Amino acid sequence: MSNAEIDRQWTTRLRRRVEGKLPPEKVLPDTQPSYVASWIYVFGVATLASLGVVIFTGCVLALRGPQWWHGSQYGHFVNSLHLWSVEIFFFTMVIHLWGKFAMAAWRGGRTLTWMTGVVTFLASIATAFTGYASQSNFDSQWITTQAKDGINATGAGAYFNVLNLGQMLMWHIVLLPIAAVVLTALHVILVRIKGVVPPFEDDVKLAAQKVAVGE
Amino acid sequence: MATILSFAAIFPLNTLGHYIHWHWFYISVANLTVIILMIVTFVAALLLPFPGRRRRKENQ
Amino acid sequence: MTKKAFRPDVDAPEWKGGHTPYDIIKEGTIALLVIALLTLIFAVVFGSPDEAAITIKSWSNADPIDFATTALSELNGTSISASYGAPYNHNGASQQIGPLQLAKWVGVRIPINSAQNFVIEPLKALPNEPTLDADLKQYSSASSSTQTGWLNAYAKASADMKFVKGQVVVNTTNAGPVPVMINDLTTMARSGALDQDLLNDNGFYTTDYTKPLLFLADSQYLGNLATEQHLGGDQWGMMNETGNYPGQAWLWLYTFWYQIPPFNQSGNGDALVWAVMMVLSVLLLLVPVIPGLRSIPRKLRIYRLIWREHYRDSGGSS
Repeated sequence: MSNAEIDRQWTTRLRRRVEGKLPPEKVLPDTQPSYVASWIYVFGVATLASLGVVIFTGCVLALRGPQWWHGSQYGHFVNSLHLWSVEIFFFTMVIHLWGKFAMAAWRGGRTLTWMTGVVTFLASIATAFTGYASQSNFDSQWITTQAKDGINATGAGAYFNVLNLGQMLMWHIVLLPIAAVVLTALHVILVRIKGVVPPFEDDVKLAAQKVAVGE
Repeated sequence: MATILSFAAIFPLNTLGHYIHWHWFYISVANLTVIILMIVTFVAALLLPFPGRRRRKENQ
Repeated sequence: MTKKAFRPDVDAPEWKGGHTPYDIIKEGTIALLVIALLTLIFAVVFGSPDEAAITIKSWSNADPIDFATTALSELNGTSISASYGAPYNHNGASQQIGPLQLAKWVGVRIPINSAQNFVIEPLKALPNEPTLDADLKQYSSASSSTQTGWLNAYAKASADMKFVKGQVVVNTTNAGPVPVMINDLTTMARSGALDQDLLNDNGFYTTDYTKPLLFLADSQYLGNLATEQHLGGDQWGMMNETGNYPGQAWLWLYTFWYQIPPFNQSGNGDALVWAVMMVLSVLLLLVPVIPGLRSIPRKLRIYRLIWREHYRDSGGSS
């Protein structure tokens, strides 16, 4: 096999592209810019950690099926873990959003990082909604009978039937978690590729010069 | 053994909720607590000093 | 090289300053442990809510008059689900946003005929009821004007409806078979048989609760229970949870619109709220490309707190 032939392969081209954009030292860096010196920076990783706990506790709930937690004190306890991890997930994610807005973290070619973050936020709300719809208790009866009106008004209700417990549960444990994890992964990869946004420059003229010469 | 390993909550919040009603604004004490905690946490994150200042100065 | 105009809210020079050692795996591990511990503490201390689901059986036993009244509204087509429109039937004007009638355009995909699905078919399923069968035949074979006459007579008299010794009692003689139908349906509901019948349309195995939930939602009973728990739409209910538990505070903006005109007065309120939230979500997504909006962080100057050490060390002025 010639080198030219290997170079043309999809595998080779993809690997080189990935290595170029995301070399190992960017995936798992061992330094960070010295301006990263605020507690606000921990909320991204806190959100990630919360998502991990949410998924783990959800998996434990899945072990014994969707009715387990109604009749078992152990199941109910796992449900409590799942509920509070979701509350903490939204708590940390929204503070992360506030912090990133305050930093205008989309600057310097990071628009897609911001956008993946927003879409992940919206997907999380949808995931939480299907979770509430899957509780099979009074709360889910009320939430679904009310939410149906808004969703029906968009036309989506004809296909996304919130009164169908089976459909809601499968969206909640399969489709939306996949979407949330994929979106989160894209978001984190973009942060690793682009790095954490630098501070606003006090000297705008100096900043302009730096950008113009491609710094 | 069963009582020692009881998984019942210590302070279950199953009593009827407490709500604050002000003109058309209506919020549960629980939700208000969460929102206030979020704001306090955000402000604290902005103001509290972050450890490692000496190390950052050395590496400049 | 041509100089591009520097946009402080869009551009950022690459960082050429100092770096400090950073253990990303350690940070992630600590975060995971802290979050797991917090989750455990909250779960142990507060637990989670689990208000038992209502059944049609529990509803009809707790409030048989509300059940019978709801059953009448299903039969005479005045219930919410009977007159809903798309996606359930063609009997109502679906919500619209200006000229956009999205629900109507998609059409009826979850067909619900309230009179048939909630009253007549369940009654037909009862075995060994020759009197009821005869009444059902009489009802089905009557002209629609006759049926309307019976239903109106029953509705008028149902203002004084009573529940006496397990029977729904309505003082009327011009209602044809309707009193028997409503009374027998109430008995069927109180036994639990109606819960099962409404599900078994789809066969032995089903996870689709559309019919029993629509029937429940047509009642006063469900709404009253929800209002007690502060879950009503005009109580910012979307944010709330049963008991004293925190709910979904992140839905504050979505539920806010339902509290104010025109949303809380319009028949298209849900559609309007969704439209507003779609627009706001798109705006949030597009902040980086919207001049003015993307300048807010620089004008707010909160960043001066976040990066204060950097500005101090680089001799930056405020």
